[in-house]
Amino acid sequence: MSIPPPPFSGPPTGMPRLELSGITKRYPSVVANDGINLKVGPGEIHAVLGENGAGKSTLMKIIYGAVQADAGQIQWNGREVVVANPAEARRLGIGMVFQHFSLFETLSVVENIALALDEPFDLKALAIRVKEVSTRYGLPLDPDRLVHSLSVGERQRVEIVRCLLQQPQLLILDEPTSVLTPQAVQKLFETLRRLAAEGVSILYISHKLHEIQSLCHSATVMRGGKVTGTATPSRETPASLARMMIGRELPVCEVPAYTGIATPALTVNRLSLVPDDPFGTRLQDIELEVHRGEILGIAGISGNGQAELLAALSGETTGAAEAVKLVGLPVGHLDAGRRRKHGLAFVPEERLGRGAVPSMSLADNATLTAQRQGLVKKGFLRPKAAWDFAKRCIERFDVRCGGPGAAARSLSGGNLQKFIVGREIMQQPIAMVVAQPTWGVDVGAAAFLRQTLIDLSRQGVAILVISEELEELFEICDRIAVLAEGRLGPAVPKAETNAEKIGMQMSGLFAPADKEPAHAAA
Amino acid sequence: MLEHLIPVLAGTLGAATPLIFAGLGELVAERTGVINLGVEGMMLIGAIAGFAAAADSGGGALAGLPAGAVAGMLAALVFAVLSLSMAANQAACGLALTIFGVGLSAFIGQHYVSFSLPGLQPLDIPGLVDIPVIGRILFHQDPVTYLGLITFVIVWWVLRKTRLGLLLKAVGEAPDAAHAIGYPVIAIRYGATLFGGAMAGIAGAYLSTVYTPLWVQNMVAGRGWIAIALVVFATWNPTRLLLGAWLFGGVTILQFHAQGLGIALPVQFLAALPYLATVVVLVLISRDKRLLQLNLPASLGKPWMP
Repeated sequence: MSIPPPPFSGPPTGMPRLELSGITKRYPSVVANDGINLKVGPGEIHAVLGENGAGKSTLMKIIYGAVQADAGQIQWNGREVVVANPAEARRLGIGMVFQHFSLFETLSVVENIALALDEPFDLKALAIRVKEVSTRYGLPLDPDRLVHSLSVGERQRVEIVRCLLQQPQLLILDEPTSVLTPQAVQKLFETLRRLAAEGVSILYISHKLHEIQSLCHSATVMRGGKVTGTATPSRETPASLARMMIGRELPVCEVPAYTGIATPALTVNRLSLVPDDPFGTRLQDIELEVHRGEILGIAGISGNGQAELLAALSGETTGAAEAVKLVGLPVGHLDAGRRRKHGLAFVPEERLGRGAVPSMSLADNATLTAQRQGLVKKGFLRPKAAWDFAKRCIERFDVRCGGPGAAARSLSGGNLQKFIVGREIMQQPIAMVVAQPTWGVDVGAAAFLRQTLIDLSRQGVAILVISEELEELFEICDRIAVLAEGRLGPAVPKAETNAEKIGMQMSGLFAPADKEPAHAAA
Repeated sequence: MLEHLIPVLAGTLGAATPLIFAGLGELVAERTGVINLGVEGMMLIGAIAGFAAAADSGGGALAGLPAGAVAGMLAALVFAVLSLSMAANQAACGLALTIFGVGLSAFIGQHYVSFSLPGLQPLDIPGLVDIPVIGRILFHQDPVTYLGLITFVIVWWVLRKTRLGLLLKAVGEAPDAAHAIGYPVIAIRYGATLFGGAMAGIAGAYLSTVYTPLWVQNMVAGRGWIAIALVVFATWNPTRLLLGAWLFGGVTILQFHAQGLGIALPVQFLAALPYLATVVVLVLISRDKRLLQLNLPASLGKPWMP
């Protein structure tokens, strides 16, 4: 990925727009923020770098008024302020794009945005402005669509556009690029640079080191609730930033060659599907083949048929028997449970609510999909077996939790994902379908999960990964295909493609047979 | 034929009025995520308060309706303090309110048994009442029935076209998100619950001072429950609620006529018919799962604290 050098304008001078001193926030079990100092000048793009659980989100919530600090001061444009609530923050000119979206599912995009704006209520006029802003900043949105029908990526666009319409002086972005194409990231960066040039301060939270290096003027690095350093990203290397962030070297995945015989394990044949959801994407003639011993990656921005394809693969949507085959056996007409019986494992995108029942213990959650591993006998549950199964899974996959009795929702994203992936692996599948394996997972756990998937494939399991994170796909996959507008492009060996080409296809432009695309107009 | 039909249709509007008021009030409350099962109780409290005010002041229905609204609102306030401020279980609080309302209205009503009130004369809308057929159906009604229809239009408009309507829905959909943007979730729910109480109180007072202007114990007779059912089956849509209320009103009037004509069906069955018909028809038309899911306020009945 080629990234233009940062428009570095030197350290900001004059009065800082925002200055935090000694911000401390204690929770019963943990000190989330411990004496944090941070300074952002007008027009400065300031990175807050750190792993999940480092305290970045709590700090941002304190700035945004959603959480009150126990100690410390906030200076806004040189004046000490108490940000009592988010409405107050917005009045001051602070806008925030949340990591966990604060949108209303059954309202339309424009209605969601209207609720957050303090201005006369006129949906028609607002819809026009939403369209304008979203087009200008390369974040296409249909103002009239209902939010519940939007993908994760599209919801994030709504949040960003909602903030931009408030014309903030300080914009807080929490991991904003994880769901954008490389081209869209560049467009967003242009936008952010333009906003910075107009004097808007930006707090940019991320763990993507190259992004921070290309975009940010300065960085504050956090670990375990404390500031572990400040840096000028362009003068650092990714390795040195990573050391500050996680306290050790950045883990790298090892990708050994597969030594077994690569026979097709999961085959999809001319799969076409008209979705029940009126806002869903129609799948058209999907063809794919995943071999034993490989990881096939499907790139693309969600909302392009990802949800529909996942449902068709997992068995939540059934169709023609021949459309999906598992080692030659037609399973397209079977429901999810029967497909599992034939050796298909499935890790959905939503960990809580789909991958696991939030309020149930890990042992009970294990029973839900691993019942055939002796956890159920003649229709009766075997709690002891489930407990042991969960315990083995916790040990083998390094799940940090309070044991098999811990409720699924008490685990961090990374640990719950390790448990869910582990639970599926322990059922010794023939093929495994994984959606967004490391969404919202910290660097350490993400590396562990990626290595786990690679190792599993090398044992002869066929793995299909659907992800919006291109870097991740390039790291773990053997072949990559792009799903755009319900059509799947050809699966290309990783070595024969690159992020630019994949990004181009994500925008819906498949290269005809063996020619490069002539132009990239949308 | 037409001679029989016109009084039936004209009567339908009046019979539907209590359901329109109570149902709209409950609909607004449920939109914000508050399910108040105390509608029957609030209607009874409104009915006796309205009746007492009308009888004692001599002001008739015009004094009864505001008194009913205030009494219903006070009853809803009790519910709101328990279930919103103290986050008690909404279903339990609502049921308790209904039982309380039945008892309280019977107790106060002892003094008024066998009292009767003058009622309200139909108000002809000049000009419009002379339209053949339709005029006598639609524009020869008591004033409160017109008020109910006006209330419907206002509620429809507020929910559909205004920021307030959007906010009500947003609070019912995701109180956490509404709170994160900076809206006072509890205050909004209080407002909606009190509005629901006032509407139920008016509905009760209409029954006791206009519809059958004499005091009979437990005279609301399950209409509060029907109003709650209507809201759900109408998928929180005011227009569907209105249609459901008219259906109930229509069958109510029809079965009166059937009784009058001496149709050989047990009176008890005929009296049950409006309830039965309303529920059956609404269940049938609201089988669309998507519609239910799309409109169901996601936080309905769940206690919420900031």
